[in-house]
Amino acid sequence: MKYIYYPGCSLKSTGRLYEESLLAVFRVLKIDYVELNDWNCCGATAYMAIDENQAYVLAARNLAIAEEQLKDEKEVNIVAPCSACYMILLKTQKFLKENPAEQKKVKLALKESGLTYTGNAKIRHPLDVLVNDIGEKEISKAVKNPLTNLNVAAYYGCQTVRPYSTFDDQRNPVFMDRLLKAAGANIVDWSMKTRCCGSSLTGTIQEVALPLSYVILHEAKKRRADVITTACSLCQFNLECYQNDIDKKFKTDLKIDVVYFTQLLGLALGIDHVELGIQRLFAKPVNIFKILKGDEHIYV
Amino acid sequence: MNIFMYNNNGTNIPNIGFYICHCGHNIAGMVDVTDVQKYAASLPGVTVSRDYKYMCSDPGQELIQKDIKEFGLNRIVVASCSPLLHEHTFRVATEKAGLNPYFFHMVNIRENVSWVTQDFKEATKKAKDLVRAAISRVFFHKPLIKKEVPINPDVLVLGGGIAGIHAALTIANAGKKVYLVEREATIGGHMAMFDKTFPTLDCAACILTPKMSAVKSHPNITLWTYSEVEKIEGFVGNYKATVLRKPRYVIEELCVGCMDCIDACIYKEAKYSDEFNLGLSMRKPIYIPFPQATPQVVLIDPETCIDFKSHRCKKTCIDICDREAIDLKQTAKYDEINVGTVILTTGFKTFDAKRAPQYGYGKFPNVFTSLELERMVNASGPTSGEVITRDGKKPAKVGIVHCVGSRDEKSNKWCSKVCCMYSLKLAHLIKEHTDAEVYNFYIDMRTPGKGYEEFYDKLMNEGVNFIRGRVAEITDWALVAEEENKLTIRVEDTLVGVVRRIPVDMVVLSVGLEPREDASDISRMFNISCSNEGFFLERHPKLAPVSTFTDGIFIAGACQGPKDIPESVAQAGAAAAEALSLICAGTIELEPNTASIIEEFCSGCKSCITLCPYTAILYNEDTKKACINEVLCKGCGTCVASCPSGSIIQNMFEDEQIYGEIEGLLKFAGIELADNKTEGKEIEHA
Repeated sequence: MKYIYYPGCSLKSTGRLYEESLLAVFRVLKIDYVELNDWNCCGATAYMAIDENQAYVLAARNLAIAEEQLKDEKEVNIVAPCSACYMILLKTQKFLKENPAEQKKVKLALKESGLTYTGNAKIRHPLDVLVNDIGEKEISKAVKNPLTNLNVAAYYGCQTVRPYSTFDDQRNPVFMDRLLKAAGANIVDWSMKTRCCGSSLTGTIQEVALPLSYVILHEAKKRRADVITTACSLCQFNLECYQNDIDKKFKTDLKIDVVYFTQLLGLALGIDHVELGIQRLFAKPVNIFKILKGDEHIYV
Repeated sequence: MNIFMYNNNGTNIPNIGFYICHCGHNIAGMVDVTDVQKYAASLPGVTVSRDYKYMCSDPGQELIQKDIKEFGLNRIVVASCSPLLHEHTFRVATEKAGLNPYFFHMVNIRENVSWVTQDFKEATKKAKDLVRAAISRVFFHKPLIKKEVPINPDVLVLGGGIAGIHAALTIANAGKKVYLVEREATIGGHMAMFDKTFPTLDCAACILTPKMSAVKSHPNITLWTYSEVEKIEGFVGNYKATVLRKPRYVIEELCVGCMDCIDACIYKEAKYSDEFNLGLSMRKPIYIPFPQATPQVVLIDPETCIDFKSHRCKKTCIDICDREAIDLKQTAKYDEINVGTVILTTGFKTFDAKRAPQYGYGKFPNVFTSLELERMVNASGPTSGEVITRDGKKPAKVGIVHCVGSRDEKSNKWCSKVCCMYSLKLAHLIKEHTDAEVYNFYIDMRTPGKGYEEFYDKLMNEGVNFIRGRVAEITDWALVAEEENKLTIRVEDTLVGVVRRIPVDMVVLSVGLEPREDASDISRMFNISCSNEGFFLERHPKLAPVSTFTDGIFIAGACQGPKDIPESVAQAGAAAAEALSLICAGTIELEPNTASIIEEFCSGCKSCITLCPYTAILYNEDTKKACINEVLCKGCGTCVASCPSGSIIQNMFEDEQIYGEIEGLLKFAGIELADNKTEGKEIEHA
């Protein structure tokens, strides 16, 4: 089966390491993918809040292109790794399905650029693809360096499983846990899987955002997690980069690695750290390498 | 087709009286009744055509009777509401005037026409079409005779909770025989698990156990516990039920409940989860559910008994029993009983709190369900009445979360009705047992009932905290030091307008009431319906609350919907009265809409026999033909449609009648009767 890979804007910029690691994992697991042609911004939350109609057209355009691009395949599977893109695409599809009048307008707009929207494309999260299509068995077979002794707190963030996704439990998701367990890690049981990280408020209202990041990091630390894995560029950034500020404010000593789940999975699959974009992390993932390799010089 | 062929009742020509009902504005507001009345008058065979404000009223019925006598009418058609409501009324009126009631036919132009459209013109047109069909149909009606069969006075009550107990006792006290069948090893149901009852705080066991022993000792009650109904066949007045008596490996008639065997069991420690205490305590493989269990008989759980697993037990229980009541070779047996009526009192189950993962039940040890707490506060419960956390400490703060699995789009939408009141009761009992600070988190307090609001008032005066808001989540993570190692309840206090975080030691989830898992199986077995949520459906929500759409099957208690003890008892009494009224009538009339076989056409292929859902068709080996038992036939028509030689006919649904109706519906056949002329007809507008 061939998948359409829809990167979205952040995976080409701040979340570049997410893209690199995801595609590296895909290659090792022989997942056949092709990047979406001439894709555009999903609209994210900002555009939705300003003009819903135009935002739906914008998001639907990506879906229509995907249908066109994979028209020879039995079904169109779009992989959207960014939580926001994933959620917006699902939201668009659901909204247009439930509102035929709006769908008509969107179709008309897309027709102007020669595109047709049917709403039949399947929007998939990489976690969904890896667990449901590839399976834990295949993945553990492919593992070369098991993540033995590494305590991992799997963190999903707010948009990966809520509100539209159907592949996992919305309150207590387990797919990332299952995936990393298949890669040999110890999974930390915690209640913070889907709590808000503070989102864009870290840049605007820090007194609201920092406590939100703090409880996540604090609980992970309390449960002896060495690393937090995320599936969203904003979560990754917030949890990784504000640890110093949080330490100062809450008088803690956090020092927890925060990486994308694909990076950790990639290490287990024996992919080189440069290929996984580890060197692009702002903070050195000290714990990971201490536990896995006993050396730190791999840092470029 | 010669339409005169089947006109019997002494005349060759159908002499039809047509009546259209205004039903106040219900019909007349959407259908031009005068127009329909005039139209009907123009149809062949119609002698009288009238419209009237309320046909079901006494004057309306008298109108029909007067016309029958005056004009010698031999067919009556009434266009009004659903036959479910008034077919019987009009049939009786027709019969009183000396006409066979099956010459009457009803057209539903209310539920099928006026109530379901906004289009006056179309409604009038559809009413005319339906009326034309009916008038065309009654040409072929035949006189039919109702059969009367006697009613078996015995009653089957299924489910031995408080509703079943009360229904059984009521009927038994009236001198009728009752079979009370209970699935568990003891009767008592959920009520036996409670400590106190709201709002009077009287002890549940003290008021229940006398009724339980009354059931056991009543000469008119046959109590079968640890039993289930496997099959039921027959019809009102004459049901035959097959009851599975599960083996308890103890002979019920011999055991006196001394419990020496329990002490003698080779397991010195009880180590299996005790079902009655919801796993809060342990039991041995040989056990009695609770001290006042009725019947007072032990049972053996073959899943845990070592002798069933390895056959290598010393069987100390058998040695100690001087009455030789223990029989490890006991097997399941089936008993067949004949009853006339059935009362279903199968009760409810509580919502599985794991389905609301945000509340952490099953994940955090100190999150309990309300039913678990009921057992905990009970003096004979697993902690002897102590309210303690899993590590044995008395809690300093307890949170009670209302509406878990009730009023929730994600699980159950309905209000479970009893939770507000039992949460108040538990709050009172927790305070009484522990002096803890108690918080009630509610969406709305619902305390309608005698003395209920006063009880709520009392609780507020006792210093219980009430916070209005649906709890968002219960977590074990800490934002501040006070929250470390506590369960934190996060809730929006909608009266103050802030989000609050309240750390507590123990959480009680007030779980809602749900239909039992196998409610749909039971409903299928007894041929009754379930409402959307899965509770048994009553015949009418207001006027027939304990009857079902199957005659002779009644429902009572929480199997019909969430309700508290007083309501369950009231319904049980009502169901018992309904059953008794059938029994006292002695006989029951059967609808004559049964099928019969034209023997000369039957080839004896037997294809109808397997299809009949009521096993009403038998094969006569002598004549090599099928024959139908009219008493068992329900008139479903399956055999009629399936017969390859067309040799089965069904009363009231004969081919001519159905063709006549279809023809009339599509376009009147266009056959003019000799004396059918519009002039000189009695056309009257009331």
